[in-house]
Amino acid sequence: MNSSRLVAAVSTVALTVSLAACSEQPTNTTEGNSPSSSTSSSTAPGADKLALANNISLTGAGATFPAPLYQKWFAEFNKKHPKVQINYQSVGSGAGVEQLIKGTVDFGASDVGMKEEEIKKVSKGIIMLPMTAGSIVMAYNLPGVDAEIKLPRAVYVDILLGKIKTWDDPKIVAANPGLKLPNTAITVVYRSDGSGTTAVFTKHLSTISPDWKTAVGDGKSVKWPVGVGAKGNEGVTAQIQQTPGAIGYIEYGYAKQNKIAFATLENKAGKYPKPSEESASKSLASVTLPENLKASVSDPEGDDSYPIVTYTWLLVYKQYADADKAKALEAVIEYGLTEGQKVSSEIGYVPLPSNVVEKVGAAAQTISPDYKTEVGGGTASPTPKPSK
Amino acid sequence: MNTPAPNPAKIIRPPSQWDKSLDRGFIWLTRFFALAIAGILLWIAVQVTIQAAPAIQSSGLGFIFESTWDPVKDQYGVLPQIYGTMVSALIALILAVPIGVGTALLLSENFLPLPIRTVMVFLVELLAAIPSVVYGLWGIFVLIPILKEVGGWLHSQLGWIPFFNTPLAGPGMLPAGVVLAIMILPIITAISRDSLISLPPELRQASLGLGATRWETIFQVLIPAAISGIVGAVMLALGRAMGETMAVTMLIGNANNINISILAPANTIASLLASQFAEASGLQISSLMYAALILFLLTLLVNVLAELIVQKVKRI
Repeated sequence: MNSSRLVAAVSTVALTVSLAACSEQPTNTTEGNSPSSSTSSSTAPGADKLALANNISLTGAGATFPAPLYQKWFAEFNKKHPKVQINYQSVGSGAGVEQLIKGTVDFGASDVGMKEEEIKKVSKGIIMLPMTAGSIVMAYNLPGVDAEIKLPRAVYVDILLGKIKTWDDPKIVAANPGLKLPNTAITVVYRSDGSGTTAVFTKHLSTISPDWKTAVGDGKSVKWPVGVGAKGNEGVTAQIQQTPGAIGYIEYGYAKQNKIAFATLENKAGKYPKPSEESASKSLASVTLPENLKASVSDPEGDDSYPIVTYTWLLVYKQYADADKAKALEAVIEYGLTEGQKVSSEIGYVPLPSNVVEKVGAAAQTISPDYKTEVGGGTASPTPKPSK
Repeated sequence: MNTPAPNPAKIIRPPSQWDKSLDRGFIWLTRFFALAIAGILLWIAVQVTIQAAPAIQSSGLGFIFESTWDPVKDQYGVLPQIYGTMVSALIALILAVPIGVGTALLLSENFLPLPIRTVMVFLVELLAAIPSVVYGLWGIFVLIPILKEVGGWLHSQLGWIPFFNTPLAGPGMLPAGVVLAIMILPIITAISRDSLISLPPELRQASLGLGATRWETIFQVLIPAAISGIVGAVMLALGRAMGETMAVTMLIGNANNINISILAPANTIASLLASQFAEASGLQISSLMYAALILFLLTLLVNVLAELIVQKVKRI
């Protein structure tokens, strides 16, 4: 327990971006005229909209899955706007939602969105903003097999249910003609800790297989029929790399970083698209976002859609008592939707399709009346906001 | 030769009011601290029980005998975790007690020159200073690859023994037990050595004087004389092994089922708590609290048992 607390403390310290530098206050030359700042010559069009009188510190907590991306965004944003400090603690989706309900943070983050009854507990109201997306791959370790293994949907469910026990099972061989598969026993590796990744993965399995739905179901932690559990994406990755014959589910980014082989899975259309940013992006585009922006992509349509993809949401209040906070938060979200999307694919996340970015931008626009979110050429905001 | 006699009134005088109140204050302060420790323990127990109340109501005592842990269907039972906690601790003790007591003997006798012994004592104590996450990492990257060879051999040669009837896939009960053994070694060694070197030297001299060999002296005089300290050390180590979290969760495989094979993955209560608490909600949280309460009681049981054994064997 001690050591885990130590790790937590160290990461908290690492996350805390501390910068007290104060620059001149830029003004929005086109429409902005904050009373506190009157003289400034703007240089970059993005940097001048956010005119803040005081230092703002935003605190967020939640999902671990998008944490590397968020931390990158927040650090970059802080470089541009030294007055805004953002502290994000990757404590897990559940804990993030809990803290948001209690009001101890300014924003939360979750891989599974918020339930209706959770939203009802917050009197200020909640906006759910999909900020990025990720795909989950089934990584494996099979020495001697270089080519990519194809897994039909019935087969990977049966592997996870423990019905298929070796790699040379006739069902796997039938899907991979020409591949010489060894007689190695299959070791399923799963997440032992409760996680959004497990929730998304088991949701997909429940959608495609009635057997899985009745035997196991979906959730942040489930009762796995077979296999060994490891903690975190990194634990599962290490476990797969060490165990010949292992197969497990990890986020695409982890598989990419660790150069670990992953299977090509059959999608709803019966095709085998390679897991990649493009195929994941196509999956996202195949689902229309509803009014509350909480879309579930548990089994996307389309020939090129990778089957296991999920959005991850930033959860913000509809109203903030501190007007400057609202302004800063909206600017951060704007940054994430525009500049932020460019870096996301570098570290294994899926960039949002442009129609999604526009929708999210329009929703974010309502956070602060003093700030105008511009995504994709400024067409996002339907109504021009009156300037103060 | 006429040194002025010191004024007795100056040396022997009744304590002043200040001294008295200082004494009284000190007594109350120590009382307060002593009670505070008991209070904190009680407070934790009460809080955990309150949090566990919904789970206690819904599953009652069946929680201990039920072997399903299924957050999706909200069915909870901790029999596999209790089993895993006990068995992993037992494996650790079986490995660590002979090594630990043996090391303590070596370090308390004069088999080696004193400087070397001093260095070895220091090294053993250093083992206790390694963070458990480091033990976990070492277990994953060093111990498991080695044990896989050993486990493979055990399974192929001795697979007919139920304890070895599954192959070692990687993490499992055995790697967790071995790492726990290393983690509790310093406790067993240090306390056993302390109790061995604190034996009165007359014991050894008398034994040797009566013609006993060194072998007889060690096994028939010294160890029986120090047994209360050794048993205390073992029990303390057992408590540590049962409560260890990080290293175990990294090595045991976190499979919530009972498997008689020590090469199969298993789980312990502490490891279950560590892995599931962060993302749990509702009945799952209170079931985890219930599990924590059970671990609490198990440790209490071990400590009481230790106290009883120490009382019983304390004859010499």
